[in-house]
Amino acid sequence: MRLMNLKPGRQARFLLAGLPFALLAIAYFVGSSVRLAENPNDKLLPALSSMAEAVKHMAFETDVRTGSILMLSDTLASLGRLLAALAISTSAALVLGIVIGLLPGANALLAPFVGVASMVPPLALLPILFIVMGLGENSKVALIVIGTLPCIIRDLTMRVLELPREQLIKAQTLGASTWQVALRVVLPQILPRLIDSLRLQLGPAWLFLIAAEAIASDAGLGYRIFLVRRYLAMDVIIPYVIWITFLAFLMDAGLRLLQRRLFPWFASVRAE
Amino acid sequence: MSTIRFDNVWKEYGDHIVLERITLDVESRAFIALVGPSGCGKTTFLRMLLGEEGPTRGQILVDGEPLKPEPDADRGVVFQRYSVFPHLTVLQNVLLGRELQHSKFIGQLFGAARRQAVDEAMALLAEVGLSGHESKYPAALSGGMQQRLALAQAIMRGPKILLLDEPFGALDPGIRADIHVLMRRLWNETELTVVMVTHDLSEAFRLATRVIAFERSRNRPEERERYGATISRDLEIFPRRIAAAR
Repeated sequence: MRLMNLKPGRQARFLLAGLPFALLAIAYFVGSSVRLAENPNDKLLPALSSMAEAVKHMAFETDVRTGSILMLSDTLASLGRLLAALAISTSAALVLGIVIGLLPGANALLAPFVGVASMVPPLALLPILFIVMGLGENSKVALIVIGTLPCIIRDLTMRVLELPREQLIKAQTLGASTWQVALRVVLPQILPRLIDSLRLQLGPAWLFLIAAEAIASDAGLGYRIFLVRRYLAMDVIIPYVIWITFLAFLMDAGLRLLQRRLFPWFASVRAE
Repeated sequence: MSTIRFDNVWKEYGDHIVLERITLDVESRAFIALVGPSGCGKTTFLRMLLGEEGPTRGQILVDGEPLKPEPDADRGVVFQRYSVFPHLTVLQNVLLGRELQHSKFIGQLFGAARRQAVDEAMALLAEVGLSGHESKYPAALSGGMQQRLALAQAIMRGPKILLLDEPFGALDPGIRADIHVLMRRLWNETELTVVMVTHDLSEAFRLATRVIAFERSRNRPEERERYGATISRDLEIFPRRIAAAR
């Protein structure tokens, strides 16, 4: 049988999915034990026990100096920035995407500008943001917004333009005004596509968050890993990276679930 | 219930002439079928009638008034595809026209107004044979049922003219025969003037009161650009069909 026609069953699929993770873990622990056997003070590939110790210290014990649980306060600080920025990005992109996609005049006015703006490397603007807005929360949130907003706008604009011409004509023959077309025809069909777009932007959003926190911050997941880098504290950095990945994965899965629950009609439209 | 008049209408795209010298009078409550080979401008003709595009020369009059240059509620339409909204259930699709009409700002009805609209929509759905499917999404319906829904949705808003763009072209023969019966009944029971584009001659002669054929009079390659299609046949069906008196 051809390789392309061999479909793994449910159980095989599960095992196959787990395989790369298992291989990575095995490679790590083999390397770690080899290095630790040679030099018990090696910091580069810490053993599971020392990482567990570090996590216990970071996540389950109160920090003496600040009086808070560091991993918790870091997570809350980071998530607060990320969610605030994504809320601003998605709501602004929703409005602008629909306006640019539906109104030819707005398209002529704004589409080229958004196209150029999306080409500006957001990190290159970070110094400007720090100078203008200071080192506080605003500049970090602004960086994530600037980094994700133009991409979501462009994506949503394209999704609006992809709606079949027939639907927009049909709505007009039912007497719909521009506002009503936007509200009853375009908006509800764009919302599930907004979730797709947002899922794709989660990666860049985390990137900009970590970058901003690394440069100027006093709390946050990105701040912490760049802080402890000075002490080569891989036993803290690795659990933090896994935790960040887990949070991002959870957000992605949550959005996918939300899409399926709220827009049951969308799966068959996308399949077309 | 409207008369339509095409007064020496031409449609050109740049140098390319698609339609020329179209002069046509359609009487109220007629059922016109437009036939012709593909690429002869049938769909362009329908788009002009919809107001999606304007004629290059000449004018189109509805009830003696120049046609509005954009689609409106006077002219309902059913396309071959994408005629219903995938994000609305069957019932919501039919309700939409009424909601847009009476709720300018939010496009939704509540309370007694909604109940009355729902009753009307349910009656219409029963008439087109979609009872029991109210809460399904269009994707769960067969092609024939989707077109029945599109008809119900268009009629709910009470247009004067109904435009059909190859509405039954993608359907199986048996289902098509059923929907022809429905179409004939709707035409008799409402006050619609119907213009239908089709590539199926038997369908045209079975349903219409008048069959109009578009054709290019000159078809040599060097002439194609500069000569458009025009009306080559204009056949009144005999014996004459007249919509049932209201």
